[in-house]
Amino acid sequence: MSPEPSPTPVAPRGTDVIHNIGYRKYDGPRLGRAYARRSLFLQTLRGAYGLGRAGKSKVLPMILFAVMALPAGIIVAVAVTTGADELPVGYAEYAVQLQFVIALFVAAVAPQAVSLDLRFKTIPLYFSRPIERSDYVAAKAAALAAALFVFIASPVVILYAGALLAKLDFVDQTGGFVQGVVFSALYALVYGGVGLAAAALTPRRGFGVAAIIAVLTIPYMLVNALQSIATEQDSDAGGWLGAASPGTLLTGVQEKFFGGDSLFAGAVELSDAQGAVYLLLLAGLIAGSYALLLRRYGKAGL
Amino acid sequence: MSAYNPTVARLTYRALLGRRRALTLCVLPALLLAVAVAVRAMVGADDDVTAELLGGFALATMVPLIGVIAGTGAIGPEIDDGSVVYLLAKPLKRSTIVSTKLIVAIGVTVVFSAVPTLVAGFVLNGNSQQLAVAYAVAAAVASVAYSALFLLLGTVSRHAVVIGLVYALVWETLFGSLVPGARTLSVQQWALALAERIGGDGMITSDVGLPLAVVLLAAVTAGGAWWAGQKLRTLTLAGEG
Repeated sequence: MSPEPSPTPVAPRGTDVIHNIGYRKYDGPRLGRAYARRSLFLQTLRGAYGLGRAGKSKVLPMILFAVMALPAGIIVAVAVTTGADELPVGYAEYAVQLQFVIALFVAAVAPQAVSLDLRFKTIPLYFSRPIERSDYVAAKAAALAAALFVFIASPVVILYAGALLAKLDFVDQTGGFVQGVVFSALYALVYGGVGLAAAALTPRRGFGVAAIIAVLTIPYMLVNALQSIATEQDSDAGGWLGAASPGTLLTGVQEKFFGGDSLFAGAVELSDAQGAVYLLLLAGLIAGSYALLLRRYGKAGL
Repeated sequence: MSAYNPTVARLTYRALLGRRRALTLCVLPALLLAVAVAVRAMVGADDDVTAELLGGFALATMVPLIGVIAGTGAIGPEIDDGSVVYLLAKPLKRSTIVSTKLIVAIGVTVVFSAVPTLVAGFVLNGNSQQLAVAYAVAAAVASVAYSALFLLLGTVSRHAVVIGLVYALVWETLFGSLVPGARTLSVQQWALALAERIGGDGMITSDVGLPLAVVLLAAVTAGGAWWAGQKLRTLTLAGEG
């Protein structure tokens, strides 16, 4: 590091001398918080798909991505060859149909994004850089949401491209496509937030995976069973029951605001009041999981 | 050589029920019972509702999840942290270790899934049409098969929990509902075949015939246990510590 090794003067014994061995101050550009945050975001986003990691870690995300996109490809191929006048699946409906795949993707990706830092206690190293805890949380949450958005919106793009190729009505399809993209963003925010909050609770990756699967699927299955019961009893409680799990909240919102068919048991449709409550709950879920993350990382020492 | 060693069993019980694990195991049965009480209070005794809740939630979600936790938890963590060496170094047959752990895993799964199913069935409709018993038997049988399956997974892969969950949720739930053929290869359907025989007419349906189901259940359980024993015999710890 010392370009000019200055000959150290030979001091007579007994006198105190500070030797100049050529250390120099750093006077290059300082990239600051925003740059560190951006780097963390990009690294996490790439890491979600296994880019920049070992070949083994690319396998699962890529397989899941293929599973997610494949049905869209098939639907498009069928629509083009048969000359159908509309796609068999709505743009927003598609994500809801494949929600187990999305849940698995969250479970595979979210723990990877946070648990290693917790497990190997590298968190303090991040905070020795010019980023704050809130920057870390913001970068991780944004990266996971972005990874999920790419995951959910890609098939929507495939569907749209196929619809145009099949010469379906342009205005109709574009409207549906926009709805699908907005719904994908909402989906990504909700599942990303919930998944990250669950994953950040434990430094063990396996527990993180199990926690996410449990949070996303157990309430969903329970609500589904209860809704079937409500339908059999000719009760109209199905709409309100759907508010009890993230998956059914999104299912309901999809039908109410994003122009899809109802995928609830018994094809329950939401009233306006229920729709508003669903939206509020989703907003609360996003904000709540983010607040939980901030609290988790605000804890001293970690 | 016996198939059961009390010391190994005690250690396994401790690993499964110690600390927070027991709490995790209690959450699902508690949820099922709470829902059962709530549904009974609101709807009253109804056979269709009972079949829906026991089949859709208890057997489809709760049993496999508890099977994953108990089956992989019986051996996975030990292999993970390397302490299984101390167990393997004892003068015990590996097959004894596996069978003991399997018995414990089955016991835990039955207690935490079949018993709550039975209780929930009685709460829901007082065992009318034998529904509670039918589903409890199905849950118990499924517990045996799941335990063997997931114990095997625990010895084969370090990602046993993930793979187990993927099987339990994606294969049995998603593929089972989309691809009819996948239902033939589903522990849940095999167990339902038994329940079909016990339950009242037309209440429970399975896609698999009873003889085939019994054969497959036995084969999976025995095969899983045997293979897990083989894996334990050739277990290498080098480079994993």
